[in-house]
Amino acid sequence: MSPGGSGPVQRSWASRDGRPEAGPSGLPAGGLPPRPARILLAKPGLDGHDRGLKVIAFGLRDAGAEVIYLGLRQTPASIVAAAVAEDADLIGISVLSGAHLPLARQILAQREEQGAGHIPVVIGGTIPPEHADALRALGVEAVYPVGSALPDVLAGLLALAGTARQGAA
Amino acid sequence: MTPPRDVTTDSGIPVAIVYTGDDLPGGEAALARRLGRPGEPPFTRGPYPTMYRGQLWTMRQFAGYGAPEHTNERFRFLLAQGQNALSVAFDLPTQLGYDSPDPMAAAEVGRVGVAIDTAADMADVFAGIPLDQVSVNFTINATAPIILATYLVAAERAGVPYRALTGTLQNDILKEFLARKAYLYPPGPSLRLVTDVVEFSSRELPRFNPISITGYHAREAGCDAVQELALTMASAAAYCEAFLARGLGFDAFAPRLSFHFATTLDLFEEVAKLRAARRIWYRVATERFGASTPAAARLRFFSGNSGTTLTAQQPLNNVIRSTLQCLGAVLGGAQSIHVMGYDEAYEIPTEEAVTLSLRTQQIIALESGVTRTADPLAGSYYVESLTDELEARATALMADIDALGGAAAAIEAGVPQRWIAESAYRAEQQLATGERPKVGVNVYADPGAAAEAAAAPFEVDPMVGERQAARTRARIAARDLRQHISALLRLADDTRAGRNVMPALIGAARAGATVGEMADVFRDAFGEFTEPAPW
Repeated sequence: MSPGGSGPVQRSWASRDGRPEAGPSGLPAGGLPPRPARILLAKPGLDGHDRGLKVIAFGLRDAGAEVIYLGLRQTPASIVAAAVAEDADLIGISVLSGAHLPLARQILAQREEQGAGHIPVVIGGTIPPEHADALRALGVEAVYPVGSALPDVLAGLLALAGTARQGAA
Repeated sequence: MTPPRDVTTDSGIPVAIVYTGDDLPGGEAALARRLGRPGEPPFTRGPYPTMYRGQLWTMRQFAGYGAPEHTNERFRFLLAQGQNALSVAFDLPTQLGYDSPDPMAAAEVGRVGVAIDTAADMADVFAGIPLDQVSVNFTINATAPIILATYLVAAERAGVPYRALTGTLQNDILKEFLARKAYLYPPGPSLRLVTDVVEFSSRELPRFNPISITGYHAREAGCDAVQELALTMASAAAYCEAFLARGLGFDAFAPRLSFHFATTLDLFEEVAKLRAARRIWYRVATERFGASTPAAARLRFFSGNSGTTLTAQQPLNNVIRSTLQCLGAVLGGAQSIHVMGYDEAYEIPTEEAVTLSLRTQQIIALESGVTRTADPLAGSYYVESLTDELEARATALMADIDALGGAAAAIEAGVPQRWIAESAYRAEQQLATGERPKVGVNVYADPGAAAEAAAAPFEVDPMVGERQAARTRARIAARDLRQHISALLRLADDTRAGRNVMPALIGAARAGATVGEMADVFRDAFGEFTEPAPW
């Protein structure tokens, strides 16, 4: 997949409309259009605060991304396994119980174990600034604490997903 | 260019520049007749004739963290500060029926509340606190019957008779499916457990509220004031149907029903909502359920201010937001109030923040003078007009929920959950576009403020989980195995036979059964619930 246009993010969801005309094989003449970003969203652990994660899910959907919404009470192992099975470009998790550090550690460990190091992990929730630094040091790609603006979160997730897909291609 | 927006309340009710007597149906004379007096049907003006002149609201700050001894320490601190009731926060494993040693509990023990594994833990939480003198609120739902059993055993051990216990068990499972999401079993068996508690309580706990029917969490999850009212009342109706089907009499259980609403920032709309809530409940209780005593149709409620209105940016601004919301709850006639810590967007509130929340209530109670007279906003053209409008809109929405088969059926199908998620999304978009101003966030923002204020967040001791797990393992090892197993077998029998589970739960708690073991008996019998997709 060659990069082009105004960047991977724009391209991935703009391509949903204006698909190219079909060639003789029935496939589009210029090859298949790039697929939209595939973003997996999940709540690890026992925390049930899903308002924020659903807002992100709706926002990504409206921006043209494909959202795999796993919902509540997912284990680190099941989140990573689903991301691998669904060929996700990004794992987004949300924690508002304060358990973000141990849960992030477990998810990153699972990511190594399941050979999914290429899928970036992003975390949102009630995260104090010093913990955000700690999370980034662990290998979490981006941290969106409570108070992050919706457009910033969506743009950040789509950009990371786009970059991750290019890296994998 | 978007056209200029109409001026509306937070829930979209159009607001005129000025209100007059013409905005009241039938004019002012009709209003006086319709309203009645505080303490009189339809209770729009308050549940009691003298309101705060007779008795102030209960200042109930939610607390609980770590192991039982940590929560005990904070409870003693709060009582020493002048708080007159306790409200227990439980950790997520306790709320969801996992013991501290369970791998599912690992990262969560003692984090958002106290860890309770056995009745001995509950006794430790209340060590040295006179249970016959302090009313206790339990924010517990899926495992409510289990936690109540451990509390009753703790009371037995302290020599306090059941009849002397006062307080409230949240025990509102419908709103867990709706918004709070700490559900465990499917709606049907969950409703049966709620009913078991209410039935048991009506016999054994005459001074205890066995359920608090709440719209608070749906509101926090995103819905507006109209939806909050409608969902609360529709849920209340669903519970009442279940209790009646059990053979309980409405006039017998209804006086012990309590309610829980959010009070958010739209001051007059919130006051109107709380007044409308009392009127709607009066109508539901009398017209639908045939209440024949005033106490059976009189709505009493607890109000919590809204955490989602608080911001991580410029956190001290939250003190002002909480003050306004606490004032709204008082003007709306609340029986008990919780004020959030200004730092709760980040962490469990620090002791300083908790004290300030309590002081907020005390200043409103003792210095502002708003408590001198009952329902001081009665007769305000605007507030009365909003009260009427909220009542009308919520009543219409309740009819929609009834058309879906009632609250339980609508929730099982995921319909109101989608309303809530969609309005949360709309609110976030309005915040992003600036359509909804938020000081310190999208207006008057100051990028440095957030990082500064969270310099010393409250931390739970990371060793708490391991110590608590070790203590529970030791208690498990010390049990009388024969007693323990026969108590759990009896619980399984009663569960499957459809008998009230409370006596068997109390027996199991006495025999040292853990919360996880008792929850597992129900898991085996009922299965677990999974939420429908959000779209």
